[in-house]
Amino acid sequence: MSLDLPLIWAFILAIGVMMYVLLDGFDLGVGILTFFARSEDERSQMTSTIEPVWDGNETWLIIGGGGLFAAFPLAYAIIMPAFYLPVLLMLAALIFRGVAFEFRHKAVRSLTKKFWNGAFAGGSLAAAFSQGIMLGGMVQGIRVEDGAFAGGSFDWLTPFTLLTGLSVVIGYVLLGACWLVLKTEGEIYARARRWGVGALAGVAAAFLLVSLATLSIDPAIGQRWGFSMTHVDLPTLLPLSPIPLFGMALCAWLARDLLMDPGANAAPDWRPFLLAAGIFISGYFGIGISLYPFIVPYEVTISEAAAHDNALGFMLVGAVIMLPIILAYTIYVYRLFWGKVRPGEGYHA
Amino acid sequence: MDFDALLLSRLQFAFVVAFHILFPAFTIGLAAFLTTCEALWLKTGRDVFRRLYLHWVKIFALAFGMGVVSGVVMSYQFGTNWSVFSELTGSVMGPLLGYEVLTAFFLEATFLGVMLFGWKRVGRKLHFVATCAVAIGTTFSAFWILSANSWMQTPQGFAIDPDTGKFYATSWMEVIFTPSFPSRFVHMLLAAYTTTASVVLAAGAWQVLKGRASEPGRWQLRMAAGTLAVLMPLQIWAGHWSGEVAHEHQPAKIAAVEGWCTSAEVQGTVLVAWPDGSDCGHSGITVPGTSPYLFPSVEEGEMLLGLDAFEPDDLPPLWLPFWGFRIMVACGLGMLAMGLWGCLNWLRGRLDRPGWFHIAAVPAGAFGFLAVVSGWIVAEVGRQPYTVYGHLRTIDSVSPVPAAQVAVSLLVFMVIYAIVFTAGVVYMARIATRGFDDEPEGEPGKGPRAPGSPLGSVDDPAQTPDDIVAAE
Ligand code: HDD
Ligand code: HEM
Ligand code: HEM
Repeated sequence: MSLDLPLIWAFILAIGVMMYVLLDGFDLGVGILTFFARSEDERSQMTSTIEPVWDGNETWLIIGGGGLFAAFPLAYAIIMPAFYLPVLLMLAALIFRGVAFEFRHKAVRSLTKKFWNGAFAGGSLAAAFSQGIMLGGMVQGIRVEDGAFAGGSFDWLTPFTLLTGLSVVIGYVLLGACWLVLKTEGEIYARARRWGVGALAGVAAAFLLVSLATLSIDPAIGQRWGFSMTHVDLPTLLPLSPIPLFGMALCAWLARDLLMDPGANAAPDWRPFLLAAGIFISGYFGIGISLYPFIVPYEVTISEAAAHDNALGFMLVGAVIMLPIILAYTIYVYRLFWGKVRPGEGYHA
Repeated sequence: MDFDALLLSRLQFAFVVAFHILFPAFTIGLAAFLTTCEALWLKTGRDVFRRLYLHWVKIFALAFGMGVVSGVVMSYQFGTNWSVFSELTGSVMGPLLGYEVLTAFFLEATFLGVMLFGWKRVGRKLHFVATCAVAIGTTFSAFWILSANSWMQTPQGFAIDPDTGKFYATSWMEVIFTPSFPSRFVHMLLAAYTTTASVVLAAGAWQVLKGRASEPGRWQLRMAAGTLAVLMPLQIWAGHWSGEVAHEHQPAKIAAVEGWCTSAEVQGTVLVAWPDGSDCGHSGITVPGTSPYLFPSVEEGEMLLGLDAFEPDDLPPLWLPFWGFRIMVACGLGMLAMGLWGCLNWLRGRLDRPGWFHIAAVPAGAFGFLAVVSGWIVAEVGRQPYTVYGHLRTIDSVSPVPAAQVAVSLLVFMVIYAIVFTAGVVYMARIATRGFDDEPEGEPGKGPRAPGSPLGSVDDPAQTPDDIVAAE
C-alpha cells in the first residue's frame, strides 16, 4: 500500500497552522487587550499569563512557513511573493512584539517604557491583522502564470481582505479574553469576561459577513456548499451543515457562560477558552472545505505543489516521531503553569 | 551598480542573516555557560555559581528573544525573496530546515519558559533538565542549519529532474553530511563558545575596572579566560580545517580569500591588497613561499589554483572574502592572546586587580561577533555567483518581485533592527556591567530549600531567587 504523502502532509500542516492560530491566537489577543490595561500593574498581570508560553506558541508559525517550504515548495514559492508586503508587516509586528516582552521590563525611563508597551500591543494588533489579510487573500485567490506569482504588489488589498483582517483581530481578542478568564483573578478577571462578551458579538457578526462574502467570491465555493444563483442543493448542504451549526451552538453556549454571574454554580473558568477554541475550529473547517483540494487557491492543488516523495517520506519519519514528543512536553509545560498566575514568578522583578 | 531586485534581495538577505547570527552565536555559547554554572552549583553547592546563573540568565533571555524574532524573519525570507531557489531546492533543503523545527526550535522555545519562569514550580534537578534542554536545542539548531548551508556550499547526494529542473535527494545521509559539514559545524560551535567567553570576559573586566569586584565576578573572569585559552587553539585549527575543505571543493573561494592571482605550485601569503571587483590587477604586500608551511596537506607538484584558472563569471567578488578572512583571523589571534594573557594574570593572582589586561578585554568582547560575521561573509560571498555551488546561480534564484518592494522591505528591516538592536544592546550591557548584588545573608547553599524553589538556597522566604533578583 502506498501512502498519499502530499495529502498526509497537507493534513499535518493544516493541524500545525490550526495549533498556531489557537495558541498564538490567545497570546496575540492578550497583547491586543493590553491596550485596555488601566495601569502598569494590570498590564504586567496580563502579560505574565503568557510569558512562559508565547515562544513555544510562535514556533507553530515556523512550522507553517518552514513546513510549506519543505512539503509544498511550489506553493511556498507562489504564496510568499504574493503576500510580500503583508508578510513584511507581520514579521515587523512580531519582531516588535517579541522583543517587547523583555524590553518593557528593562526600560527605565517612562518614555521608553511607554514605547515598548505600545510596541507590544500595537505589534500584536498588526500581526493579527496581517494574518487575517493573508487568510482573506488566500480565499479570494492568487494570480498564477507558468507556475509563478503573476499578480501585482497590492492584489491582497481588497474590502474582503480588510474584513477578514478585522475578523481575525476580533477572534484573537475573544481567545485572549477567555485565556485571561482562565488565568487571572480579581478586577482583571471581571473585565476579561466583559471583553469576552463584546468580542463574541463581533465574532458572530464576522462569521456571518465573511461566510456570505466567501460564498459570493467564486461560484465554485458556493457550489461546494450547495448554493447556486437559482437554488439550494440540499443533498450537498445538509452533510456539511453541522460545521456552521456547531459553531453557532458554541457561540450561544459561550455567551451564556460569559454572561452568567461568576458565582457558586457558574461555569468553570476553563470552559470559555475551550468553547472559543471550538468556534475557531469550526470556522477553520469551513474554510478548509471551501478551499480543498487547492493549496494555492484555485490554481495549484495539494498534489501539484508537493515536494518530491522521498522528501515527504523522510520528513514524515521525523514528524511521526517528534510531533508526539513535542505535544507531550508542550502539554507538560502548560500543566506546569496551570492555574491562576501567581505574582512574582518571573526572573525579572 | 544596478539596484535591481536581485541585488536588493542579496543585500537584504546578507543584512538580515548577519543580524540573526549574532544572537544564536551568543545564545549557543551562553546556554552552554549557564548549563555549566547550574551543574557546578548542583554539584558543589557553592552559591557563586547560582548567582552567576541568575545574573547571566537575564541576559540570555534578552538575547534569545532577539534571536527568535530575527530567526522567524529568516524562515520567511527564502520564500519572499528567493522563491525560485525555494521551489527548485525545496525537496532537498526543506526537510533539513523541517528537522530543525521538529528537533530544535520546539525544544528550546518550550523549555525556555520553564528555565525562566519555572523556579517555584519544579525542583532543582528538573530545572537543570530544562536548562540542558535549551542548550541541547540550540546545538541541534546549529547542526541542521549548518547542514543546510553546507549542502549549498558542497552539494552532493542529489539529482536534478531533467523535466522540471528541480533538485531531489538520492541519499539523505550524503545530503546531511556533506564534505564541508563536519569542519563547519565544529568551527561554528567553537565560534559560539569563544564569542560568549569573550563577552563574559569583557563584562568581568569592566566590573573590575569600575571597582565592582565580587566573588562571582572573579569566577566569571577565570572561567572566561580559561575557556578562551583552551578553545582558541582548537578554533584556529578548526578554521584551518575549514580552509582545507574549501581548498578541495571550492578552489575559486580560496583563490579569492588568499588573493592569489596566478596558479603556481608554491604560493605566498598576501597580507594586504586592494582587489577590485573580480579582477586581480592589485598590488599588495606578500610574504613569498609560505604555502608549503600553511598547507602541509597539499601534495608536492599539485597546482595551487589562482584566479586566472577560472572563467571571470565563475568568480566571486574579491574584496569581501579577502578582507573578511583577514578580519576573522585577526580577531581569532586577538582572542587567543586574551585567553593566554588572562590565564597568565590568573596564575599571578592579578585577575581581580585592574590593569592593562582589563582595559584590553573590554573592546575585545566584540572580537567574537566580528569574527563570526566576517567568517560568514567569507563563506557566503566566496560561494558566489552560486547559491547551490556549481549548480544554481544566484541570478536564477531570485523571486519575481519588483525592486521597489524589496527596497521597502530592506529599509523597514534596517530601521527596525537599528531600533531593536540599540535597545537590546543597551539593556544587555546595563545588566552585564552592573556587577553582582551583595552576598545574601546567612549560609548559602545549605539548609532545606524553599518548597518548589530550585534555586532558592535557604528556607528564608526573603532569599528565593526572585527576591535576590528583585534586589538588583
Ligand atoms: C569566533 C569566531 C571565529 C574565529 C575566531 C575564526 N573563525 Fe573562521 N569562521 C567563523 C568564525 C570564526 C564562522 C562564523 O563560524 C564561519 C562562517 C561559516 C562557518 O561555517 O564558520 C567561519 C568560516 C571560516 C572559513 C570559510 C569556510 C568555508 O567557506 O567553507 C575559513 C576558511 C575560516 N573560517 C578559517 C578561519 C581561520 C584560519 C581562523 C584563525 C584564526 C578563523 N577562521 C577564526
Ligand atoms: C545556514 C544558514 C544559511 C543559509 C541557508 C544561507 C543561504 C544564503 C542564500 C540563499 C543567500 C542569497 C543568495 C546569495 O546571494 O547567495 C545567501 C547570501 C548571503 N549570506 Fe547566507 N545563508 C546562511 C547563513 C548565513 C549567515 C549566518 C551569514 C552571516 C553573516 C550569511 C551571510 C550571507 C551573505 C553576506 C550573503 C550575500 C552574498 C552575496 O550576495 O554576495 N549567510 N545566503
Ligand atoms: C538562513 C538561515 C536561517 C534560518 C532560516 C533560521 C531560522 C531561525 C528561526 C526561525 C529561529 C527561531 C527559533 C525559535 O523560535 O526558537 C532561529 C533561532 C536560532 N537559530 Fe537560526 N536561522 C538561520 C541561520 C542560522 C545559523 C547560521 C545558525 C547557527 C549556526 C542559527 C542558529 C540558531 C539558533 C541556535 C537559534 C536559537 C537560539 C536563538 O534564538 O538565539 N541560525 N533561527
